[in-house]
Amino acid sequence: MKLPIIKGIKKETAVSLLAVVFGLVAGALFMLMTGNNPFAGYAFLFQGGLMSIERIGNTLATSTPLILTGLSIAFAFKTGMFNVGAAGQMLFGGFCATAVGLTLNLPKPLLLTLMLIAAILGGALWAWVPGFLKARFNVHEVVSTIMMNWISYWVVYYTVPAYFKGEFLETESRKISDHASLKVAWLSDLFGGSYINLGILLAVIAVIVISFILDKTVMGYELKSVGFNRFAAEYAGVSVNRSIILSMMISGALAGLGGAALYVGNASNIQIGILPSQGMDGIAVSLLGANSPLGVLGAAIFFGLLYSGKGFMNAMTNIPPEIADTIIATIIYFAATSVMIEKFIDRIIRRKRGE
Amino acid sequence: MWNIIVQIFPYAIAFTIPLLITALGGLYSERSGVVNIGLDGLMIVGAFTGALTIFKLQPILPDAAIWIGLLAAMIAGILFSLLHAFASINLNANQVISGTAINMIAGALTVFLARNITGSGNIRIISGFGRNDIPVLSSIPVIGKLFFTQTYASTWLVLLILLISTFVLYKTAFGLRLRACGEHPHAADSAGVNVYKVRYIAVMISGAFSGLGGAVMLVTFSGEFTGNVAGLGFLALAALIFGQWKPLGILGATFFFGFASTIANVSQVVPVLAAIPGLILKVFPYIVTLIALVIFSKSSQAPRAAGEPFDHGKR
Repeated sequence: MKLPIIKGIKKETAVSLLAVVFGLVAGALFMLMTGNNPFAGYAFLFQGGLMSIERIGNTLATSTPLILTGLSIAFAFKTGMFNVGAAGQMLFGGFCATAVGLTLNLPKPLLLTLMLIAAILGGALWAWVPGFLKARFNVHEVVSTIMMNWISYWVVYYTVPAYFKGEFLETESRKISDHASLKVAWLSDLFGGSYINLGILLAVIAVIVISFILDKTVMGYELKSVGFNRFAAEYAGVSVNRSIILSMMISGALAGLGGAALYVGNASNIQIGILPSQGMDGIAVSLLGANSPLGVLGAAIFFGLLYSGKGFMNAMTNIPPEIADTIIATIIYFAATSVMIEKFIDRIIRRKRGE
Repeated sequence: MWNIIVQIFPYAIAFTIPLLITALGGLYSERSGVVNIGLDGLMIVGAFTGALTIFKLQPILPDAAIWIGLLAAMIAGILFSLLHAFASINLNANQVISGTAINMIAGALTVFLARNITGSGNIRIISGFGRNDIPVLSSIPVIGKLFFTQTYASTWLVLLILLISTFVLYKTAFGLRLRACGEHPHAADSAGVNVYKVRYIAVMISGAFSGLGGAVMLVTFSGEFTGNVAGLGFLALAALIFGQWKPLGILGATFFFGFASTIANVSQVVPVLAAIPGLILKVFPYIVTLIALVIFSKSSQAPRAAGEPFDHGKR
């Protein structure tokens, strides 16, 4: 269904855009309530993410893990699975990549390839468990992925200090060498010394590949059919159990890749005692992006902008940086209650028609 | 060995209680047919409100401050749970996504507000509940040492709520209606039960209990609001399933988590346990939960209509 006011834009897009507007308005109200000027706040927030080529590079780098986790969760959603475990999958995937990067000494292209394969396999393995439990025993994936998050947390918590301890701190791994990093000189130079890295290219490739799988392949069609109606899909001859496991593994692989982008791209070591926040934010990204790969790309860059600008805003005003998280959370609430927004849009349409 | 058990028992109980009350809140909500994965967020809201209230009141009212804080936490939990109730009952939103939004809003908003208030984003209270021995009962051999020494007042409050809840859910008309809404809302509707109202009340109870859970955690073992509750809300959700949506099952499941986590936490100082790798002890509760979920999956007692929006006109 198309809207008469903004022709050519799908209703889903309109809902997402309105959710963003409501989220920003809510953010402005919170700024006002705490005695700050919302116009100045937002001006600094967007300047912080965009005012120089270096900051734009940093914004894109901040968005990279979000694109991948958002894509991961969106892909699982398409098959009717809610993957709350992206945090654990990306942590374990990132840990595998770091472990390979710290252990092997190979030429950069070969080493990076192996590290990325390790990240993909690590993430896929971590998501295989909930996928298998769902397919075989009908264990609800929300609880099992949360359990897997904590298992991942503790595995990294104990393994990093035991085998990859940092030079100064017990709570982080050694730094990976330059040729085990996704950072490359030409890309950093292009963006004026930003920490942007090959991760962003990987993320864009992932977006293209996932759109292709979902829209142009039999496998994608089958996975989506399971998401729409698993009984109808089964009747039509789709192996539902196989689809569930496969979809979770691809989802986990994407999250694992996101872990590589975070720990061996944006950062150069892995911290223990923390689950990456991008796992939960990925849910927000996929919701706002209406589970479409292109939507995910747009939503992740927008959230990346909020995150990368919040430091500058905090430096220039008294607004705490958590406003960015608050805005994102509010956007998600509005996206989750999209029925309300749809009714609102319908009412506008009716008024335009003069009913 | 006995000495060790006696020593860690009070800590295990202290850890169990916030989990228990939160899972009990989840029980009301899910039994009425509304899945509430926002328990974690509601606990955070409770911990924040409790910390703020106690922090402000303790200099003025040193005795009553903690109790007022607990009450404030419950009220805040109720108000916040209305967001989830509105989304999932009135708007037919996906309840899991709405719950996730609750978790995200709670985590972000409370730290945002706390930063405006204290600067650091952490709120430390001057003192929490003291530990008391129960007179007479604590001198009973064996049991007295385990259950009646070094107890918090909040522990008894929560156990009392557990008793009352069991009674309310299984012995009153309201409890029967609530369970009917979670099993077959249309049947309940045709019998004259207002499904929307019952579900609203159930979600609000889950908000009150989770808020209390967050605040109890604050006034017993944490003593400080830090912007999260260490994922206890999710653990409570797992305990709810582990306990098969029954009050006593939940008591058992949360006590298992409490005991296992306490053992993992004290393993460094207990020679018998120090031999077991820390990793195994830490992941033990989670792996057991996964195994339990597999075992119970065949005979799951999940409320049949949990997660399904109630549509009056749908047949």
